[in-house]
Amino acid sequence: MFSKIITRPGTAVSNKTGSWRSGKKPKFLHKNCTGCRSCFLLCPEGCVYGSKKSYDTNYDFCKGCGICVAVCPVKDIEMVEE
Amino acid sequence: MKQFLEGAVAIARTVSLCRPGVVAAYPITPQTHIVEELANLVESKKLNAEFINVESEHSAASCVLGASATGVRVYSSTSSQGLLLMTEVLFNIAGMRLPVVMCCVNRAVSAPINIWNDQQDIITVRDAGIILLFAENIQEACDLHIQAYKIAEDKNIMLPLIVNIDGYILSHGYEPVEFPSQELVDKFLPKYEPEYKLDVENPMTLGPLQGPEYYLESRYAIQDTMENEVMNKIEKVADEFTKTFGRKSFGFVEEYKLEDAETVFVAMGSICGTIKEAVDELRGSGEKVGVLRLITYRPFPKKILFDSLKKAKKVNVIEKAVSLGSNGILYTELTSLFYSRCVEENLPKFSGYVVGLGGRDVSKEEIIDIYKKNKDVEIEFLNIKKENLGSYI
Amino acid sequence: MINEKNINEGSLLTSGHTACAGCGQSLAAKLVIDASGKNTIVANNTGCLEVFSTGYPNSSWKVPFIHSLFENAAAVATGIESALTHLGKNEQINLIAQAGDGGFADIGLQAFSGLWERGQNVLTICYDNEAYMNTGIQRSGLTPLGTATTTSPGGNLKYKKNLVEIALAHNCVYVATASVHLPLDIQRKVKKAHSLKGAKFLHILCPCPLGWRSDTSKSIEIAKLSVETGLWPLLEYENGVLTNVRKLKSLSPVEEYLKLQGRFKHLFNSENGKKIIEEYKKIVERNVKKYNLLEETK
Repeated sequence: MFSKIITRPGTAVSNKTGSWRSGKKPKFLHKNCTGCRSCFLLCPEGCVYGSKKSYDTNYDFCKGCGICVAVCPVKDIEMVEE
Repeated sequence: MKQFLEGAVAIARTVSLCRPGVVAAYPITPQTHIVEELANLVESKKLNAEFINVESEHSAASCVLGASATGVRVYSSTSSQGLLLMTEVLFNIAGMRLPVVMCCVNRAVSAPINIWNDQQDIITVRDAGIILLFAENIQEACDLHIQAYKIAEDKNIMLPLIVNIDGYILSHGYEPVEFPSQELVDKFLPKYEPEYKLDVENPMTLGPLQGPEYYLESRYAIQDTMENEVMNKIEKVADEFTKTFGRKSFGFVEEYKLEDAETVFVAMGSICGTIKEAVDELRGSGEKVGVLRLITYRPFPKKILFDSLKKAKKVNVIEKAVSLGSNGILYTELTSLFYSRCVEENLPKFSGYVVGLGGRDVSKEEIIDIYKKNKDVEIEFLNIKKENLGSYI
Repeated sequence: MINEKNINEGSLLTSGHTACAGCGQSLAAKLVIDASGKNTIVANNTGCLEVFSTGYPNSSWKVPFIHSLFENAAAVATGIESALTHLGKNEQINLIAQAGDGGFADIGLQAFSGLWERGQNVLTICYDNEAYMNTGIQRSGLTPLGTATTTSPGGNLKYKKNLVEIALAHNCVYVATASVHLPLDIQRKVKKAHSLKGAKFLHILCPCPLGWRSDTSKSIEIAKLSVETGLWPLLEYENGVLTNVRKLKSLSPVEEYLKLQGRFKHLFNSENGKKIIEEYKKIVERNVKKYNLLEETK
């Protein structure tokens, strides 16, 4: 038989990598966000979302790497216990 | 109308009639004349194709892989070292179910380096899942190329196919060749329209990573296709070819004077011409001998081979390859085929002869000699020159 | 309300891939494909990126994507480009042939060299995490001096190959380097490259927390330091002429870059290590001189 060895686009979203986190997660404080979008642009998972001066992360996919916390110029994101 | 042409040129012109869109070229003796003629045909606008000079055979095969995955008919040709270099790509093409058609101009493999004919190169990649056909003469080589695209591109098959011709003998030899008209080839070969391809309108991922939960079934699928769809299609296409082009195409095997033969010679490729001459001479003296010429090597036409050979008393397997450390490969496959179907008594005895490696000439007299000596041997190298053995330099 | 649609609407490399947390390469790949747009076909060598984004039966890619072998993405892209030309579709579609440092500069260099020489209309990208990371951190031709990898545990004795010079020697129409701490710069360079006809090369340095033995949260800081120490100059060449250098106000000391990474730990506690750090300073001096990295003070 012909076996199609292809995968469909974007199906990886069924893999919830949020389960990788071990104990800590980023919390978006929404206090003094300047809208620089560093968190949005630099998240390796692409799970930070939002617009203007309000951003958050999709905990279904967030692996807890902490980059968003490290790059926020006004420290508006903190790593907290789960 | 027939034209008297060099084999490579005839093949290139036939391929041109099949309208490939991308041709990848890398030189290696003795296939180079094929790609050179294709270059001429593209340059003179007789063939509308992209002609890519790649930097190695590995890239030639990869290039046709990419083009085939994008939904375009492709072609390339190679020999010997080039074929071995592209081996992993060939496995990849088969595994990705892409209908790449190529020609392998069979040549000996290094070391020692030797540019003359034997079939060791293609036999070494027999496990890859590629459909393998062997031509006896130039006309058949051309005819098999036309059939190749039809077989490979079938939606339920989608496997690569390699047409094999003996280096120098068929690539550089001259024969009168009949070319069909472009209209007839266009009628015979439908447009290549794959269901799964690289297309921005319908994106998909090709070549994924498959773990132990999935890989087995992907490989089983190729075996299943080979044993079912490919076997059916080769027969069907050979019949269609015979009807459309008015020239007999045999499909799996050619049976030559086999009806009452007590001894049968089995071989692939142009050497069958020599063996047929030997058989004619022996028949002239009343010997009951025939030739079974194997055209389709993969899939291995098990039932047909068994049925054709089971009545013989003796089978001499003549092959231009060897599995060093074991026996001849065709010999091994045929004997295991008979052993596994060992339900009848009086099965033929098999002898295996390794001949013609590195282009060593095989004469009609040597074939007659094999018949007359009637040895029972697992493996014998024909015509070893004792003076070349040991440290003779 | 969070739903998958509004999270990943924009990105052509979706979440759900299995890259390590903090992976510089996954960030770079996402930035590249989003800048390229949906009319893009990607050919990718075997490596981290391909493995973490295409595990059957899922795929993170929302553009046509093909993976063949370790060393042949450039040749596969050659075939794709030829096929698109034959179909008359070449103009509207961006082509990318990408690989890691091992797949690009070592085993795949032949195919990329062939593609560059033929001047095919493909953007070739090297995601450089400076070792064979997918197979467990082995040394490659782009592993820098003194680095500890599993196959150079005492420290790599050789310098990185200079892919930029190699690309320039092939007359690529556009050659550039980039760093993941400047995402908009990567995207600008990708868009610029796609707008030019011919062979293009983009070399992106990708910090790898696992292989570089660094904190996952520090990937961006490390990338920033690679540039600000002068070790990874950000350059753009068009038709062989250097048209843009990202100048620095001042140089950060190389030690700041090195000490964030466990793969350089051994340099700080031996005589030989000290010599290698001095070599790094010499590399910086050469870069400063060659590319005029420092801004002129008025």
